[in-house]
Amino acid sequence: MRIMAQVAMVMNLDKCIGCHTCSVTCKQTWTNRSGTEYVWFNNVETRPGQGYPRGYEDQERWQGGWRLKHGRLVPRSGGRARRLARLFANPGLPSLDDYYEPWTYDYENLISAPLGDDVPTAPPRSLIDGEPTRVTWGPNWDDDLGGGPEHIAGDPVLKQMNERVRLEYEQAFMFYLPRICEHCLNPSCVAVCPSGALYKRIEDGIVLVDQDRCRGWRMCVTGCPYKKVYFNHATGKAEKCTLCYPRIEAGQPTVCSETCVGRLRYLGVILYDADKVGEAAATADEQDLYEAQLGCFLDPGDPAVQRAAEDAGIPHDWVTAARRSPVHALISRYKVALPLHPEYRTMPMVWYVPPLSPVVESLTATGHDGEDPAKLFAAIDSLRIPLEYLAGLFTAGDVAPVEAALCRLAAMRSHMRRVNLGEERDPAIARAVGMDAEDIEGMYRLLALAKYDERYVIPTGYTAGTPEDELGGCGLDGPGGPGMYDPGTFHATPAPEPEGAQASLRGRVNLLNWNGRGRPDGLFPRGGGNRT
Amino acid sequence: MNHLHIALWGVLPYLVLTVLVAGTAWRYRYDRFGFTTRSSQLHEHRLLSIGGPLFHYGLLFVAAGHVIGLLVPESFTERVHVHERLYHANALIVGGTAGLATLAGLAILLHRRLRVPAVRAATSRSDRAVYPILVCVLLAGLTATATTLRPHPYDYRLGVSLWFRSLFTLDPNVPAMAHAPLAYQVHALLAMALFALWPFSRLVHAFTAPLGYLARPYVVYRSRGTRRAPTAHRPGQQPAPPAAVRR
Repeated sequence: MRIMAQVAMVMNLDKCIGCHTCSVTCKQTWTNRSGTEYVWFNNVETRPGQGYPRGYEDQERWQGGWRLKHGRLVPRSGGRARRLARLFANPGLPSLDDYYEPWTYDYENLISAPLGDDVPTAPPRSLIDGEPTRVTWGPNWDDDLGGGPEHIAGDPVLKQMNERVRLEYEQAFMFYLPRICEHCLNPSCVAVCPSGALYKRIEDGIVLVDQDRCRGWRMCVTGCPYKKVYFNHATGKAEKCTLCYPRIEAGQPTVCSETCVGRLRYLGVILYDADKVGEAAATADEQDLYEAQLGCFLDPGDPAVQRAAEDAGIPHDWVTAARRSPVHALISRYKVALPLHPEYRTMPMVWYVPPLSPVVESLTATGHDGEDPAKLFAAIDSLRIPLEYLAGLFTAGDVAPVEAALCRLAAMRSHMRRVNLGEERDPAIARAVGMDAEDIEGMYRLLALAKYDERYVIPTGYTAGTPEDELGGCGLDGPGGPGMYDPGTFHATPAPEPEGAQASLRGRVNLLNWNGRGRPDGLFPRGGGNRT
Repeated sequence: MNHLHIALWGVLPYLVLTVLVAGTAWRYRYDRFGFTTRSSQLHEHRLLSIGGPLFHYGLLFVAAGHVIGLLVPESFTERVHVHERLYHANALIVGGTAGLATLAGLAILLHRRLRVPAVRAATSRSDRAVYPILVCVLLAGLTATATTLRPHPYDYRLGVSLWFRSLFTLDPNVPAMAHAPLAYQVHALLAMALFALWPFSRLVHAFTAPLGYLARPYVVYRSRGTRRAPTAHRPGQQPAPPAAVRR
């Protein structure tokens, strides 16, 4: 057993209102630069819908993730030799049109247009070549089912269902799916990078791109089945969601989580057995992958696991945080969270609580008591959001885990209604979904009250190995990168800086940290051979 | 005249070699971030999927041909009983084909660079210097290859190759090159210009060919602690192409 820790996320889709605040704040933080105009590390897509980039879930076309070849895992886009042979033109790379052509408006025209009969407009201009352009697609063009059947027909998950979907507006279904990088346990983007620039961090499992090692071979864009690695066309480097690691290291939630108005995101530590990952990802039947991944996770409440984790070098506060982890609770204890597309075999670590809401409304509308458990359970398989569709997203088509998760959510509603109305608790409700009243109320507290301190249980960063190692810097702090800060100022640690941090400053003084008094060492270059 | 020949074939190669080695070392030290293919496949992929492989694979064959032609002495091929005529027919057919494929690939890539607005906008100053030289080197090389079709062709293995090998013994055989036909001389001069520009252009990506990938485990793990501290500023980095609206 090789215990490793991972900072993972769960999103409660019942609460997502599709406001795109996460996307916008993420973009303002990370990708508001030239070269990344089209890049959204976080995007919110309406399902059913094509997603961003268009139809990214069609792996026959985009060749992302892993596949089994004679029982062994190989990247779907091909093994090492095949990757190298395709170095000069990668056939699986989406073009800018598959994302969208970013644009701005020529506002100057509003005030400089010559006098005429019509009110002047601000015509759209391409942000890529500056030429006039026509806006025909965007990062959420089919938001709220905009475009209707024409665009929905391009949804790869719907195509697989092979079922005519009701598109009359009264019967149409939709929900929102916010997506970030999955920070997978078995990342295929890392596997296909010829330069070895992408890596998974030992300490917290965050998958990052080393900007100094990336050579722009762009295999990772193809390799990621979620299409969450992007090519910066100005710097010629791959960039991806960093799980806001400078914030995570400081014990703070990611920007998308922090700014989520629905408070639907949860961040916490998961302990897992790294030795099991390869075997689990190679599970023969796609529908068993969800259970196989659950089998990799370890119970942080088990004293043996705690001891083994600390023996493996995981700090005590991380093990403590793992015990309080909301993510572990939703995934392993309550089993209401499910992975996105486990069939890609990347072992994703951003999980989702499937949406339930419309079922209560529709039951009430038909004159039934919408929160009566018996009726709720019976109605779940006739949800407006078809179970098969959710199963196509979260369990490779296996309806049973989705139904079980939704039944737990329905049971929570029924149970808590009795509590709120002052009625006696009915233990049969909890028993019917394999839980007890205490569990149900714990889940209610986590999902419905969702206190800040309980949603985000993030221990501060540590460094595996010797403490004398230099502090790592920001992977994106190159010119044109968002993190052009000194490592010292970025974390703003109140404690005295470790020696490594000063070594990285190479004897220079950081004026942002200077209080203006005295003359710190390194403010002026030393004379003679002392200069470094 | 003699002084010019000494300067061109006895001095210049060493200057170019120095610039190539020192320049690459300097770039790697100060601008590792700039070591990239700067691929424009995102903007246009149809033409690139033909031109890219055609150019690069052609170039690999051309490079292999130069290694054989310049480094393997004529005495060696004679000893292993490769007949002079067979050798040159082979050089002409394989080398000529590879050269033409490279030229065709480059033509497609250049057409795309000029005609696709997004790719054109992503073209840097160093690209504008490198592409014309690349075309001229190729044309001069193909011309030199074509001259071997004549009845009594120049045997470059008794001229140019001797000069090239003599460079590495630090005893440049200037007359061997000075008596070579003009096409060979022009080809060599332009190639030296290309090598001098190499460290300062996108051509450096050739030095980062990811051969280590073949021997690497698929998933790479790294610790926070093992990363290098970033350099605060990176001289040598080219400014990003203007993506803002032009008016």
